[in-house]
Amino acid sequence: MSEQRSTTEANRLRNGDETPLLNIDDLQVHFNTEEGTVEALDGVSLTIGRDEVLGVIGESGCGKSVTALSTMGLLQSPPAEIVGGSITYDGTELLDLSDEELNEIRGDEITMIYQDPMSSLNPVLTIGHQVKEPLLAHRDVSEDEAHERAVEMLESVGLADAERLMTEYPDALSGGMRQRVVIAMALITEPKLLIADEPTTALDVTIQAQIMDLLTDLREEFEMSVLFISHDLAVISEIADRIGVMYAGNVVEQCEMRTLFESPLHPYTRKLAESIPSLEGDTDRLPTIEGTVPELINPPSGCRFAGRCPQYIGEVCDTVEPPLETPSGIEGDQKVACHLYDEQRGEDPPWPVGEEAGGTDGVARTEGVDGS
Amino acid sequence: MSSDTHHDMTDDARTDGGTATATDGSEAVSDTGPATGRIARSKVVFMRVMQNRFAVFGLMVVLLLLFTAIFADFIAPYEPAEQNYNALKEPPSLDHPFGTDQYGRDVFSRVVYGSRYAVFLGVVIVGIEMLLGVTLGLVAGYYGGLIESTIMRVVDIALSMPALVLALAIAGMLGGGLFPLIVAVSLVGWRGFARLVRGDVKSVMEEEYIDSAEAAGLSDFRTISRYVLPNAASSIIVYATLTIPTVILWSAGLSFLGMGVQPPKPEWGAILAAGRGEIDDAWWIATFPGLAIMVTVIGFNGLGDGLRDALDPRQVR
Amino acid sequence: MLKYIARRLLVTIPVLIGVTIAISLIVYLAPGNPARIALGMNAQPEAVRELERQMGLNQPPWIRYLEWLWGVVNLELGESVRTGRPVTAMIARRLPPTLELAVGSMFLTLIIALPLGVISAVRQYSWVDTTSMLFAIFWLSMPSFWLALILLLLFSVQWNMFPISGRGTPVLTMTWLSSLILPAVATGTRRAGLLTRMTRSSMLEILNEDYIRTARGKGIGERAVIYTHAMKNAMIPIITLIGLQIPFIFSGSVIIETVFSWPGMGRLLVNSVLQRDYPIVQGLVLVYAVIVVLSNLFVDIMYGYFDPRIEYE
Repeated sequence: MSEQRSTTEANRLRNGDETPLLNIDDLQVHFNTEEGTVEALDGVSLTIGRDEVLGVIGESGCGKSVTALSTMGLLQSPPAEIVGGSITYDGTELLDLSDEELNEIRGDEITMIYQDPMSSLNPVLTIGHQVKEPLLAHRDVSEDEAHERAVEMLESVGLADAERLMTEYPDALSGGMRQRVVIAMALITEPKLLIADEPTTALDVTIQAQIMDLLTDLREEFEMSVLFISHDLAVISEIADRIGVMYAGNVVEQCEMRTLFESPLHPYTRKLAESIPSLEGDTDRLPTIEGTVPELINPPSGCRFAGRCPQYIGEVCDTVEPPLETPSGIEGDQKVACHLYDEQRGEDPPWPVGEEAGGTDGVARTEGVDGS
Repeated sequence: MSSDTHHDMTDDARTDGGTATATDGSEAVSDTGPATGRIARSKVVFMRVMQNRFAVFGLMVVLLLLFTAIFADFIAPYEPAEQNYNALKEPPSLDHPFGTDQYGRDVFSRVVYGSRYAVFLGVVIVGIEMLLGVTLGLVAGYYGGLIESTIMRVVDIALSMPALVLALAIAGMLGGGLFPLIVAVSLVGWRGFARLVRGDVKSVMEEEYIDSAEAAGLSDFRTISRYVLPNAASSIIVYATLTIPTVILWSAGLSFLGMGVQPPKPEWGAILAAGRGEIDDAWWIATFPGLAIMVTVIGFNGLGDGLRDALDPRQVR
Repeated sequence: MLKYIARRLLVTIPVLIGVTIAISLIVYLAPGNPARIALGMNAQPEAVRELERQMGLNQPPWIRYLEWLWGVVNLELGESVRTGRPVTAMIARRLPPTLELAVGSMFLTLIIALPLGVISAVRQYSWVDTTSMLFAIFWLSMPSFWLALILLLLFSVQWNMFPISGRGTPVLTMTWLSSLILPAVATGTRRAGLLTRMTRSSMLEILNEDYIRTARGKGIGERAVIYTHAMKNAMIPIITLIGLQIPFIFSGSVIIETVFSWPGMGRLLVNSVLQRDYPIVQGLVLVYAVIVVLSNLFVDIMYGYFDPRIEYE
């Protein structure tokens, strides 16, 4: 956690502006399938500032990839359909852009790396071709310049013998090496925002650590923002400044990375934090969350976590969707979507809120998380 | 080996690159459960087929064909061999919807009776091909090794000779006629089945439950019939449905060339051959049997396509 | 790459030998005595026996096979039973027209099917897609001989645009071309229907791959995505499909040559089968097989060119 950036407040003060780099506001996406309409995203709101890493965590199917793909305009429609909301990048509304206009931005200022390195690269084009491509498409450079830059990039991502690799095909490389190529491809245009969709999930643990180190280093070097998606809290905590927790198509909590471990507010987040095995303490059964994710075809009205929530209040949880907002008594930028914090309820949440919360109450200790 | 890397596409009227999934067996849906699972699945398959308009059209055509073949005696107004010297080469009219040919025979009736040949040849020939091909494919896939290579080598050899060329040679050498036709076309068409089944069998063999079956001591035959065959069944059925139009086309082709069903029998290809010489002043003699063939082929293809889509929705349409 | 080609070549030899065995087997098993056929039904038994001895028919089958095989290696395929003329020369004369027809129809097929298939896939579900799919089904369901007759009827008889039969000479002139058009269309468009569908399927599968999504995400534009990224991948299965079509082009040409009186191998085949002139039949089937095998080899090589993954096999 030593590389964590300062809080968003400090960021803004430094840059002198409050406009987030990427602002996803109330994004709603449906998938029209044979079996029915899947309401994949139910009003997702996330913000990423400049030179900041936002982690997004959630179980499979919670909509994190869909959010990322929507930003890049890579959803297949049909069957996908963006039914509402907005995605603003540096003041520009991405959802209003035509394909040509979007192509100016993606691949250049916003780039993406994907989960499965084995299938993300085109098997019949050379590595050199694929790495040079974004540069040649978006910048006015000669073939030679692009070639040189590509070799540099391949070396920066830790690939030896980069010159020779330029003429090889992806089949010659292992998974870890391919992922490095994908990263090189994504960073060659020095983007302002990198979207990383579970980049280490398909790799084995040792390679995973290497890639994470690489990403952290590069992020510093390029001073870019990152939207880092994963289902692995430990991995995210290594790189993220802030984090958004997603569940069943909603963002249920958004806060600083530290805060997630120190004083999580949403019952789901608390459970998540609890379930990380720690190296100290008693080694009893890992706490789990009972129940399963709800069906997204006819999703329940109200809070989608209601069915599994240990702090279930009553009818309000089943009928009214809690909005994502900052509860009173909290300083800083923590937002949560839960009726527990509804002022009008008149009751206090069952645990201390705000700065008083100090790593007690069954919340995972921060030391256990990244092993440092 | 070319037979391994290339996909199976041996027949004309086979419509789609979709067989890419057929031969590697990924299409074989795992269904080793009890019969009840099978029945439920058949219903789902049926529903899916019904939803596909083209498949429904195909089904209707097939049913119409069967109906015509069975009830030809009632549908046809004239005997197929009945000659009427007063009505030679008459254009289509109310009396003769498809006109008459150079011997005064009613073309419509001949086409109707011709449906019998289509059905007969389709069923018999595909049946033989299936028997030959499936058996050989099963043996090749199950036993593997030398047996498999030998059989596949034979398939390769058979595939090197263009189908019609081979069929023509066989039929001709045997003297032409209905029986040689059946032999010739069957000998040419079984290779597709063999390839297909072998591919399916091989992928099933790789599944673990085969090992447990062997460990449990099941005999070869039982293993094959209980586990391997049902999985391949759906692709076999689809392939068979799609082979029927090819068989009909080839039979008509051979008859057209004079090697198959001989005139004056009213097989569609033979009628076309007779109409060929009169094309300039009696176009209807050749046109209508050809239309009949075409509609039949479209019908079976539609049905086969629909079946294939219904049995494996994972495929890209 | 060379290793790949060498491997392929090695495989074809046993296949060809197998073909010779298969053909000889068929001919051997055929009923009827070739000598008697040559001399006619009323021939004297002694004359028949004498001819049999001359033709080597009284030797055991495997010797006859080997003798024939030896002839094949020396490019001597025997003599016609009817006319006594050398088979090799007869076939050699018929080979170019058949090849012309094959190339012509393949050309037509590719020109129609590939673009149509790609466009249908790219604009899936559009009217272009549905129309071309319907068209494809329509075309591939037609019996080739029927299509040939209809074409003849319309273009030659009714509108007199093209000659009814025969092959115009010399080659590569307008007369030749206009005589080639109808037969090529008859053979080629039918195959085009099939290939269009297969191209479309292949393309659709490719377009759903992850690396296409990666390519789009690079903002290089849809054109580049399709032509640079997708097409090259799609070519791989398509090449294979085209290769598999080749035997059928020759099958189809047998019928088309008959309908249009095109002086190729197909017509020779039909006539010699009808006349039970077995040396010609044997020779022809062999030549067809050789052509198919060679074109498969060619296709395999093309496949190797398009798919760099072979190097890693």
